[in-house]
Amino acid sequence: MAYAIRRSGESRSFPTGDSFLTGAAEDADTVVLLGVPYEPDPSRRAILIELGTECLGVHTGESAGEEGSNAVGFARYRNGDDPPSDLVELVRQPNTEDRAIEAARAVFEGAGLTVVVSADRIGRIVDRLVRPKYNAALRLLDDGLARAEDMDMACRLGLGYPDGPVERAVRGGLAYHHEVSSALFVQSGQPGDAPARAAVVARERSERR
Amino acid sequence: MTGIRKVGVCGAAGTMGSGIAIVSARAGFETVCHDVDGEGLERASSQTASFFARSVERGRMIEEDRDAALRRLSPTAELDALADCDLVIEAVFEDLSTKQALFRALNPICKDEAIFASNTSTLSITQIASGCGREDRVVGMHFCLPAQLMKLIEMSPGINTSDEAFEAAWAWTEAAGQNPVRTQDRPGFILNALLVPFNNDAIRAVEAGIASPADIDTAIKAALGYRMGPLELIDLIGLDTQILLSEAFYPITLDPRAAAPALLRRMVAAGRLGRKSGRGFHDYEGSAMYGA
Repeated sequence: MAYAIRRSGESRSFPTGDSFLTGAAEDADTVVLLGVPYEPDPSRRAILIELGTECLGVHTGESAGEEGSNAVGFARYRNGDDPPSDLVELVRQPNTEDRAIEAARAVFEGAGLTVVVSADRIGRIVDRLVRPKYNAALRLLDDGLARAEDMDMACRLGLGYPDGPVERAVRGGLAYHHEVSSALFVQSGQPGDAPARAAVVARERSERR
Repeated sequence: MTGIRKVGVCGAAGTMGSGIAIVSARAGFETVCHDVDGEGLERASSQTASFFARSVERGRMIEEDRDAALRRLSPTAELDALADCDLVIEAVFEDLSTKQALFRALNPICKDEAIFASNTSTLSITQIASGCGREDRVVGMHFCLPAQLMKLIEMSPGINTSDEAFEAAWAWTEAAGQNPVRTQDRPGFILNALLVPFNNDAIRAVEAGIASPADIDTAIKAALGYRMGPLELIDLIGLDTQILLSEAFYPITLDPRAAAPALLRRMVAAGRLGRKSGRGFHDYEGSAMYGA
């Protein structure tokens, strides 16, 4: 499906050189916004807004659970500084038009990516699930449950994961983990979402530089 | 080096116990397979023979080694048969009083230097050892399912476990071709401490209407490279088992993530136990998905 891109600055989902950028048309019924402010345009089939940790409602506004239009949020999952994965999380509001979701799905699947749909909540699907786990692993490390290497090896050998929670959180950047966890914690108030000590340390060190 | 030559496995008619017995016999240790369920032992012996036969067919084992491993296995329903074992590994029902009673019964039967190991996944090693009469020679030795294939063992000492006993048990796991990791005597050790709350979070995401079970599983597999999504895994282990695991953790840790979600309890009440009942978060008889 044809899509146009409106871009300002570097995108986390599609960094410079990504083939998705070069596959765009000059103009199309579906527009992808990468760092460009959202302006409503009902004449479009879909307007796809790249999200960071924020909700789609920050861009579109909300109306007591009745919101929704042709605007669809999205983010290609990245573990901090790791390269983008093949997963695109679409974000819909309660009344988001189905045809806009279908258009978004067609655009990203056409680019060879895997698409899932999430409600408009901070963390979407993946970060909502993995960030508390990384916090737990970092806290267990502080508590002396096991060495980081052993915790990671246990997850690789015992669960068949390609990597363990500590190595993954560290590789993605603990300061970034702090940013995502903090956003989750503000929304949920759940202790498991609060950034672990090691993430707080990394964040404070990054602010000193 | 390990001074352990003869191993006993209690609960050897079960899935975990029979797998542990395979690990032991395959590595060259005389292995006494104990269970009170005589028919279950016969069934496990037959399954073990089939497993070794497949290993030969797949080129992972030669016939002579298969025959030798089978000869090392001695099924019995008598605890007295464990008297000369150097290491006794229990894989009986996951219940504190059951495990305590077993070790108390074994203590006067087994030789003084024998080490008792518990395959518990959630209970305290120190509590299991309490009152058995050899608290200094009890260790945690948690195998992963299926034990005959998975290399990981979570090793944990209890408060009163001696270094010498722990090191001897550790050496045995290495001699048996396993990969031990050291952890502490805390609920769930490493794996379940991370996995049980993570799985509950996935259930809560369904409950909150964040995404469908299919999309949650797809997202986790695509983003993280996991072979199975959390809801697929819960369906495999059983939703009722996920409740039992949560109930083992939450009263000790008071971690809200470890508490069984309300949706999980409702689904179990509705008979949706996962693969074993044909329906859980996914439908194994049709294509329908439960949830958002």
